[in-house]
Amino acid sequence: MKHFLLATALVLSAPAAMACETVTIGDLTVEHAWSKVTIGAGRPGVFYVEIKNTGTSDDALVGIATPAAGMPMLHETVVQDGIASMPHAMSIPVPAGQSVQLAPGGYHGMLMGLTTALKEGDSFPVTLSFEKAGEVTVNVVVLSLRAEGPDCADAGQ
Amino acid sequence: MRLRSHQIILWIAATAAVITFSAVRWWPATDDTAAVDSAFTPSFALADSEGRIRTTAEFRGKFLLVFFGFTSCPDVCPTTLSEVAQVMDDLGSAAGSVQPIFISIDPERDRRLGLADYTTAFHPAILGLAGSEEETKSAAASFKIFYEQEADTSSPDGYTMAHSPGLYLIGPDGAWLRQFTYGTSAPEILSDLQSRL
Repeated sequence: MKHFLLATALVLSAPAAMACETVTIGDLTVEHAWSKVTIGAGRPGVFYVEIKNTGTSDDALVGIATPAAGMPMLHETVVQDGIASMPHAMSIPVPAGQSVQLAPGGYHGMLMGLTTALKEGDSFPVTLSFEKAGEVTVNVVVLSLRAEGPDCADAGQ
Repeated sequence: MRLRSHQIILWIAATAAVITFSAVRWWPATDDTAAVDSAFTPSFALADSEGRIRTTAEFRGKFLLVFFGFTSCPDVCPTTLSEVAQVMDDLGSAAGSVQPIFISIDPERDRRLGLADYTTAFHPAILGLAGSEEETKSAAASFKIFYEQEADTSSPDGYTMAHSPGLYLIGPDGAWLRQFTYGTSAPEILSDLQSRL
């Protein structure tokens, strides 16, 4: 059943514009969810997103879940004294009135145990769990290896 | 009292050891001005994806763009290799004078996962190398870079790699020229290369 759902999710390939969708839960706005092509299923995928907290109380992203990967986790790339390491992030603060980006070179979701290799144009759901706001699911668009993020420059969208 | 002074001496020795260790560990990677210091000539002898040993000597006459990484790295390595791929495209007809090289610091696993399909996915010009542990240590030491395996139960196979994420430029004579720190954009790397070609 899980595989069937996943296959359905992946078959419903979406245009890149889907990454420009905005989902809200309480005071949180979640948008620009994207991932990158993986070379095979044996290497982890990545998950990037932007979260804006328009409220007056702090929140935190404490976990992610997706049918696309058996072991999705939050990590942070830290470059300190010229050495890059990637510690597990127990929670990512989303302070009141601020935006947080999961973006290349910083916080990111690491999608281990991929069910299938991620191909450009695929999309899959990721459920984000927030400490206070609860859970919200976004559609994640798979962009090319060289992508630096979805192109959502058109403010009208 | 006598024991006390012994303890003090031991503490001083331990502190000195920590400071020395930190200096040795961090100095090379944080040093952006290596080219200003005495020039050095990094070297490697590492197997490519087909098992042939490739050495620095065979690339004399070309600029080398060398990156140390591992193919299970989801964030840092793809970002840098994407920049390198863009640079190679933008070099146009001059691309033949530049050889981009990806050296695996996780060679056993990367050979198993497939090195060539990984580098080719970014750009067919990128040469992937994965030697033995000893050969890899020796190559890293000659580039004065740091890497280590870190136990991490939340990572595939229970470990991840910490490493110097810079991109290193070697001249046609084999001498170290400079480091592009992590996050240097493709246009910046391109314009540096074009000024030398």
